[in-house]
Amino acid sequence: MNFNRRIVMAAAAIAMMAGASTSAMADIKFGVAAEPYAPYSSKDASGKWVGWEIDLMNTLCAQMNEKCELVEVAWDGIIPALTSKQIDVIWSSMSITDERKKTIDFSDMYYNTPSNLIGQKTGDTDIAPEHLKGKVVGVQVSTTHERYAQKYFAPAGAEVKTYSTQDEANNDLAAGRLDYVQADSTALDAFLKTDQGKQCCELKGTVPDDVSVLGFGVGAGVRKEDTALKDKINAAIAELAKQKKFTEITKNYPELQGILATPESN
Amino acid sequence: MAGQSGFPEILAFGPTGYGDELLFGACVSVAIAVLAYSLGLMIGIIGAMSKLYGSTLTRSIMQGYTTLVRAVPELILILILYYAGTATLNQLLESSGFEAIAINGFAAAVLVLGFVQGAYSTEVLRAAIQAIPVGQMEAARAYGMSPWLIFRRITVPSMLPYAIPGLANLWLIVTKDTALIAVVGYTELALATRQAAGNTKMYFTFFMAAGLIYLIITLVSQRGFAMLEKRVRRGQRKLA
Amino acid sequence: MSFDILKTVIKGVVVLILVAILTGLIYWLLKVSQWSWMATYYPLLIKGLWLSLLLWIFSCVLGMILAIPIGLVQVTGPPWLAALAKGYCTVIRGTPLLLQLWLIYYGLGSLFPKIAMVFPEFRQDFMWLIRLDAFWYALLAFTLSFAGYEGEIMRGAFLGVPRGELEAARAFGMSPWKVLTRVWFPRAVRLVLPTLAGEVVLQLKSTPLAMTVTVMDLAGVVRNRITQDTYIVYEPLMLLAVIYMCLTFLTVWAFSYIEKKVPQKR
Repeated sequence: MNFNRRIVMAAAAIAMMAGASTSAMADIKFGVAAEPYAPYSSKDASGKWVGWEIDLMNTLCAQMNEKCELVEVAWDGIIPALTSKQIDVIWSSMSITDERKKTIDFSDMYYNTPSNLIGQKTGDTDIAPEHLKGKVVGVQVSTTHERYAQKYFAPAGAEVKTYSTQDEANNDLAAGRLDYVQADSTALDAFLKTDQGKQCCELKGTVPDDVSVLGFGVGAGVRKEDTALKDKINAAIAELAKQKKFTEITKNYPELQGILATPESN
Repeated sequence: MAGQSGFPEILAFGPTGYGDELLFGACVSVAIAVLAYSLGLMIGIIGAMSKLYGSTLTRSIMQGYTTLVRAVPELILILILYYAGTATLNQLLESSGFEAIAINGFAAAVLVLGFVQGAYSTEVLRAAIQAIPVGQMEAARAYGMSPWLIFRRITVPSMLPYAIPGLANLWLIVTKDTALIAVVGYTELALATRQAAGNTKMYFTFFMAAGLIYLIITLVSQRGFAMLEKRVRRGQRKLA
Repeated sequence: MSFDILKTVIKGVVVLILVAILTGLIYWLLKVSQWSWMATYYPLLIKGLWLSLLLWIFSCVLGMILAIPIGLVQVTGPPWLAALAKGYCTVIRGTPLLLQLWLIYYGLGSLFPKIAMVFPEFRQDFMWLIRLDAFWYALLAFTLSFAGYEGEIMRGAFLGVPRGELEAARAFGMSPWKVLTRVWFPRAVRLVLPTLAGEVVLQLKSTPLAMTVTVMDLAGVVRNRITQDTYIVYEPLMLLAVIYMCLTFLTVWAFSYIEKKVPQKR
């Protein structure tokens, strides 16, 4: 009857819609955190993703001769997104740490920068852990900086507040809710150059390195079983280093020159 | 970045303003809401019928489903289903020999929200069907109507007046629940607003703008449902 | 007919799928899932649970107190006040709670530096306001939200009290305040009790949103500490779901107990 046919058609339509929105694994999905993380990855006013890391991703894909798709995911769910196959590569300034290596695998590092603390202009520049007692430090959740703060500052009596995006931590610092923010030096540099950052805060110092917590630099995260993909990415990174492509990309980002350590710097 | 643009410019369309990003996010939100709502309704009809006329097995399955889904916060449910759902689905597909499919965020959001809506719709529709005067159902059966015919001609038209207020409420809930998808990183209106606000630091402006958009969606929907209720209630006595 | 055969086939398939899911779940629970993290994070979870309970109960109580005048004024009061209350309820019920929460926390937070620019003494004098823990912002947002929804319900309840009782009270010479406290309000509350159980449960389910603004409630601890430190994703979420389920059932049971105690003469 008419009604039956209508139901069958509706079911078919839904099935087609479901089919249309799923896709076989053709493109490589690069997962990027859905937040502004200048100067590495942010969305400009027209909705396009721009930044040093985005440029590197495009260059890498051209080198690997693959089609790459940029997928936005929440930073605090980026590793589950990788393991549940929603994305194939984590390309979001994720540091290589032994802790993370338990769950996922990493490519070779493609950049490295120190971890800095910035704070209110009214504070001093002593950032020894004992000096931070009673102060509030903001970090982004699930980062090596959070681990560092929890390991060194929290036991000394500081309060560590975690934010789901680096941006929110910066904003709370500007608002006066935090005393310090610990994060990547270049990302904080970019913040300090904005009007908001210039007004409220200044650089307090670089934290003493701890490789076990801060890791060995930033690499692309891949699933443990995706060794072929990892090798492909590593080969491409080595090739780009040989062709000095890293320096070429950094030319467009003068604030990164001299601070960024890339595979070319060895 | 557009520097310290004023209020109207930042919300404009085109490459320098964020207005088009917001509206695109709004369309995505509405699309997710519509699909999830329809999915929820379909599950709701099946659930309501099985709760009322089904065997003990189906009834207990449905009871478990509605109780569990309505007892857990939507945010937690979305987190669990979004990651666990895709992971198990892909694992199942791989172990049975098929290639893993990549379910994009949109489909995952629709499925999750639809699953949650289904539990609530089941209850609303069940209450509505139970409110149909028994005499009508008995008369229909006495006439020898097949169950399908009864469903089509008697149940659905009679239960709609009772169901519409609850269903309207569910529609409002689903439009607002699309904002929760922002927590898993899929760009609908709430996340688009947060990204735009994060880029320009004009948090207050953008959240107010987004609130206005949601309000417009809500008010238009309420108008729509009021008209729908009037049509469905035609011929019946007006409510006090 | 063919429809019956189809029905039995579908039933069989559904049963098979459910049995498969159940066995999978039990296997996972017994063999694969890891619960060792509970020993280390036990105290944090307790603290988080306490914060969640505080947020929930206080927002319900304070929201209810706020809702009474909002509902009442729509029935009695001056038209402009009633319009204001109606507008408030419409806005609260028409926008997502997540957005309201973000507006109150990040929106107000972004205003602080702007106010500090205009009034430089703002920073020192209002340090307590700026440094207010995110918990209070979340409490404010949840209270306002609950009041918006309950205001609408209380309006219906105040309207639903039989006119005869109010007229009789006035005929007895009771002052308007006495009528309100002795007759109108108690009757309205009794009318609203069944709906109230549902609303309180809904409020409970809204509290996890606080984790998006750095509040370390139960959901915050699970998502922003446990999952980030240990990279275990599902087990903590399952524990979270179970805890919320227990709280829901407790609430429903408590309210049905109260309902039985309260006389419901029609």
